[in-house]
Amino acid sequence: MPARKIGPGTYHTSRVGIKSTAAIVGPKEGEGPLRTYFDEIWASEAHQQKSVERAERMMLEDTMNLAVEKAGCGWAEIDMVLGGDLLDQIVSTNFAARRHQRPLLGLFSACAVFTEALGLAALLVADHHPTTVAVGAVSHHMAAERQFRFPVELGYQRTPTAAWTATAAGAAVVGPAESGDVVVDGVTFGRVVDWGSKDPNDMGSAMAPAAFDTIKQHLMATGDVISDYDAIFTGDLGVLGVDLLQALGKKEGLHFGARLNDCGKSLYYLKEQDVHNGASGPGCSAGVFAGYLHHRLLAGEWQRLLLVATGALFSPTTYQQGESIPCIAHAVSLGRPEAPRP
Amino acid sequence: MANQEASKTARDYQELVKTKRPGKPVLKNLIYAFLVGGAISVVGQGIQCGFMQYGMSAKEATSPTTVVLIGLGALFTGFGWYDQLVTRGGMGGTLPITGFANAMVAPAMEFRSEGLILGVGAKLFTVAGPVLVYGLSAAFVVGLIRFLITGVA
Repeated sequence: MPARKIGPGTYHTSRVGIKSTAAIVGPKEGEGPLRTYFDEIWASEAHQQKSVERAERMMLEDTMNLAVEKAGCGWAEIDMVLGGDLLDQIVSTNFAARRHQRPLLGLFSACAVFTEALGLAALLVADHHPTTVAVGAVSHHMAAERQFRFPVELGYQRTPTAAWTATAAGAAVVGPAESGDVVVDGVTFGRVVDWGSKDPNDMGSAMAPAAFDTIKQHLMATGDVISDYDAIFTGDLGVLGVDLLQALGKKEGLHFGARLNDCGKSLYYLKEQDVHNGASGPGCSAGVFAGYLHHRLLAGEWQRLLLVATGALFSPTTYQQGESIPCIAHAVSLGRPEAPRP
Repeated sequence: MANQEASKTARDYQELVKTKRPGKPVLKNLIYAFLVGGAISVVGQGIQCGFMQYGMSAKEATSPTTVVLIGLGALFTGFGWYDQLVTRGGMGGTLPITGFANAMVAPAMEFRSEGLILGVGAKLFTVAGPVLVYGLSAAFVVGLIRFLITGVA
């Protein structure tokens, strides 16, 4: 059945399944609380590559290869590849496509790109052509640092609201649902929300309104209530962003409570690993979903999950010129194989 | 009208952010800065005293001491230790001459992957550049004021 539009940015999809997922992370992420859920943990950030950009690209390639392999098919059977990353001209996604040679749609919505790709894949698969779509997102701490901030070895003190860009990649293969697959039953593509935040070291508070807007749109369109979901995971709002999202919800009578969590808050031991507000980066929500969240759905510990990856759509040039930070969030609702669907 | 409402929402939100944003641990940072900066100074003093043992005057020993400290700062940066020191010590690690060495060597290491000309050559001063520009400008202004007041160039 084709996808049905049920709200301004919301679509209901049926019979769209996740055939496989794969996640590879860096050494720091491999010491975090989710370490047992990842397919592979790199021993070093560089991974014997001559540049960190190459390392990032390789992480994406390996992760996507693994997802395709776990789906039990070959690259030849993948009809389309969707994905993105954080580097200028999304080079990791584009360069990785030299190898797999499948039709590619490179996407950019900063750290929200994984749910953008997953949601788009669900719409395409629901409409039957293409039928098998691979999605992936990646970020590398050092590559992001040198593009957005300072050289890695430069000493400077991070503010308490700063996020740590994760070295992580997550990928999934989406296709027609068969019994046992986690299914995608709804997608809400967000709009750009900018409530005037300007501090690039505090993206959590810049992105929280975008996450709130998308969640609100999603609930309104689907008629779902918060308790219909066992968990709502935002992408990389971190400690402060989640706190603000809770406060925004309360103002409008949406009580998220303990169901609301965040991929960025979950990837590290925040205190012990000295990451302040939490993890960020496209690889954060991609890796946490592909490794951990998908597993919890598959294992039947959760019936339904709303994944809301969040992205801050600024560049070093725009914040140096004093512009505020426009943000976006895309939501994908996922269900356990036998979960009763509304 | 819609714009005014939107800007009110944004203003209210920024007020909310202010109340929720965690404060910087100023006292802890100050203590660490004092300890780290102090420790670097003590090391520098030790090196200077070492040179004086070999018969240099305190003034003569200043230049070689600076050179040794810059060398140590560069070495620690190369080993990946200096950034960890500054993460704790803040300005205590940035302000001494070793911090300047860190600001030069870190970009040199980082941009090596783009080659010697467009990488290291072009990006070497990305961090230290502003410090040099405004440091030299400030020195010029102060020197001018001194000349106007005292007549000594």
